[in-house]
Amino acid sequence: MTKLTSTQIAWRAAQDIADGAYVNLGIGFPEMVAKFQPPGRQAVFHTENGILGFGEAPAIGEEDWDLINAGKKAVTIKPGTAFFHHADSFAMVRGGHLDVAILGAYEVAETGDLANWSTGPKGVPAVGGAMDLVHGAKRVAVITEHVTKDGKPKLVKKCALPLTGVGCVTRVYTSLAVVDIRDGHFVLREKLPSLSLDDLRAMTGAELHLDGEIGDLIVPEL
Amino acid sequence: MDKTIPDLATAVAGIEDGMTVMIGGFGGSGAPIELIHALIDRFLTTGSPKNLTVVNNNAGNGHVGLAALIEQGMVAKLICSFPRSADPRVFTELYLAGKIELELVPQGTLAERIRAGGAGIPAFYTPTSYGTDLAKGKKVEEFDGRSYVQERWLKADYALVKADRGDRLGNLTYRMAARNFGPLMCMAAKNAIVQVSEVVEPGSIDPETVVTPGIFVQAVVQVANPAQEEVLNRANAVYPEAAE
Repeated sequence: MTKLTSTQIAWRAAQDIADGAYVNLGIGFPEMVAKFQPPGRQAVFHTENGILGFGEAPAIGEEDWDLINAGKKAVTIKPGTAFFHHADSFAMVRGGHLDVAILGAYEVAETGDLANWSTGPKGVPAVGGAMDLVHGAKRVAVITEHVTKDGKPKLVKKCALPLTGVGCVTRVYTSLAVVDIRDGHFVLREKLPSLSLDDLRAMTGAELHLDGEIGDLIVPEL
Repeated sequence: MDKTIPDLATAVAGIEDGMTVMIGGFGGSGAPIELIHALIDRFLTTGSPKNLTVVNNNAGNGHVGLAALIEQGMVAKLICSFPRSADPRVFTELYLAGKIELELVPQGTLAERIRAGGAGIPAFYTPTSYGTDLAKGKKVEEFDGRSYVQERWLKADYALVKADRGDRLGNLTYRMAARNFGPLMCMAAKNAIVQVSEVVEPGSIDPETVVTPGIFVQAVVQVANPAQEEVLNRANAVYPEAAE
């Protein structure tokens, strides 16, 4: 195994979500995290447009388009679902009521700065809830490839792209490693066992600090 | 007191050139398609209203509802958080041609600005956007060791909102996630015009379940079996339909 697939990264992130946690998953890739909750644990998922505790996607043809998530995909209700308006929804976000937000990233800096909403001034700018979601959750985690398609590090000293938030990310799950952000440093927690520390450092754009033992990042084939 | 209006054309008759209009909905859920189309009908007959400033989470999808309003050239400025959709061509082309102004606002800040407008709070501080391009030019203040950005209230001349049930007094319930911006926009507009699937007698809505109290609502118009933007777009609908 040279690197984890997106599905495997999502699986790893899901293992850290406690039973009963209130969780927001960013649209796209992070939505996969919901599929990999460990048996016996049940998180309550929040979606910005105003649903808490929604269920899985309905069968094709069964969609109710008043019942969608922030990615505008159809979802379902289940026992315990709650609806609310947008100001309440973002009070849940900014007010510190969510336990975890899991988001995608273009770049994450060692200071916890995140860039995930804009690749520059071209085209039509669109931000949605990205800038709100990075504030307020007790843990803001990122799931991402370790490097870009061109092999450039996505974990960097300073983001070059427009920021989504300053000093907001607390943990990064990548295709190669699990890295915490603490006091302005990347702290390596786990790495793929087949990967040397030197090789990992070469693919990381800022210093990887060590604090105790480095765990093996072991994920099932999915 | 009776806030019900007999038809859609009468409901939107007071919207004038240059006004600010909040339009409810998140994507297609909660989009008041019939009220928007009634406004387009008036424009096609009278040339008014135009130069509107529209507040909505998005910038329309396909060629119906908000996208159709933009396509007619009725909108001078859009205040929104996410001007992308499955088919955002109408807005995208006008924006890239410099023919429509965009004020991009983070989604939670947009919701809170509207709520503040309705609640009589001229400004507030939020952590959202601190240190980013969207905070440029805005006042920053530190509270308890953390930095926050000052944001201003947002108010409107009109709100066009879709609810589920409404009584003659303007008390409303909504349907599932179609609630989204509706309760906030009703508060923030001088005139909140609401289309409901069913007008009911006062007393029919359990007071415990009223979501928007009638004080925030100026007009209620019944649209039974309202169109759903997503369904229209999946059928490639265009408004107004081309003459055969």
